[in-house]
Amino acid sequence: MKIGYYPGCTLKTKALNLEQAAIQSMAALGVEMVELDRWNCCGAVYSLADDDLIHILAPVRDLIRAKDQGYNKIVVLCSMCYNTLARANLLMRNDEVKRKTINDFLEEENDYAGEVEVVHLLNVLKDDIGWDKLQEAVVKPFTDVKLAPYYGCTLTRPTEISIDEGISHTIFKEFLEALGATVVEWDDAEVCCGSYEIISNPDTAKKTVSKIIRSAEKRYADALVLSCPLCEYNLGRRQTDMIKAEDDLKPLPTYYFTQLLAIALGLSPEVVRLELNTPEARAWLDENK
Amino acid sequence: MPFSLNSKTVDREFTKSVEEISGEPLTKCMQCGTCSGLCPVEATGDVSPRQIIHLTALGQRDKVMNVKFAWICASCYACQLRCPRGLDIPKIIEAIRLITLRKNENFIEPFAIETGCNTDIPQIALVSAFRKHTA
Repeated sequence: MKIGYYPGCTLKTKALNLEQAAIQSMAALGVEMVELDRWNCCGAVYSLADDDLIHILAPVRDLIRAKDQGYNKIVVLCSMCYNTLARANLLMRNDEVKRKTINDFLEEENDYAGEVEVVHLLNVLKDDIGWDKLQEAVVKPFTDVKLAPYYGCTLTRPTEISIDEGISHTIFKEFLEALGATVVEWDDAEVCCGSYEIISNPDTAKKTVSKIIRSAEKRYADALVLSCPLCEYNLGRRQTDMIKAEDDLKPLPTYYFTQLLAIALGLSPEVVRLELNTPEARAWLDENK
Repeated sequence: MPFSLNSKTVDREFTKSVEEISGEPLTKCMQCGTCSGLCPVEATGDVSPRQIIHLTALGQRDKVMNVKFAWICASCYACQLRCPRGLDIPKIIEAIRLITLRKNENFIEPFAIETGCNTDIPQIALVSAFRKHTA
């Protein structure tokens, strides 16, 4: 099976450990992720102003390219790209007036009306592979390990683009269970990590990060598993700095879900790219895997 | 936060602008405070989401422009998920930010960002911060 793949800027530089583990794992599961021939930055955040269509053009261009290349579905790994592309797609599908304005403005491109489906890799794993088949493919299960799934904001909100149905989401839990892990049920799996406030208002990010780490530790999580490079930056790479005022917190390892997938499928360490994770994350896996 | 309502303090054009940019009717808000209870940054802000909506609906331009809340909201959508009136609160907060940004005033200056953190900072962090906090 082949599926169109939109990477996004961060996956080509700072989050190579998210991308490479995904591509190789999916290949091992019989799915070829084919990168779009040409793509541009999605804009990272979806424009919320009613009168601002100019910022919708970037994600729409990506969707037009996907359609032109013959894909009816594209998979996205980065949570922020997923959110931006999925929302722009819904706008093109549902808002006739704005669709016409955008199509008229992009006169050099083919018209677009939301024909391509935007999905996250967890959806592909659930719907196209299936948890049973994934479980069968696991050769190194995460037995006796307590993992806390972290959705963040952009995978499940707003509801119309959520990767999972209903209000209490289970797709991440089901994924980790298929890898053989014990999944921590905790309160802050979908609480904002502070996002880009780490640049503009670091003190706000310190509070959100500390709260999330504290909450995971309270439920005895061994590690946090996530899908967003910005969440990984705040909760992972910058974690020590963010929680240094909180004496009672100990560093908590963080991993991309694709890295744990690759490990469970028995892929080589070159694919997992653990050298890009924090020293705590490397040490914990050395001890436990 | 006490404030007085009179012809000098009420700016109806401000309320109208926020409603136009966001596409959300502010009078729909019944001040239940569900948004404030769910907001992950409410405790670090100077006003809550409920309060900033109240102040905006009552045309309190100066007060709203002088509080920091709109600049610490990262549009995480926790509030919108459970608003009993179905308001898209992040759109309202975005409109409040845009009223400043559209006067060509930045909240952050790209060249003044603390450099300690930006050697390995992901692109999505920079792009989103500039999108939300610069004109």
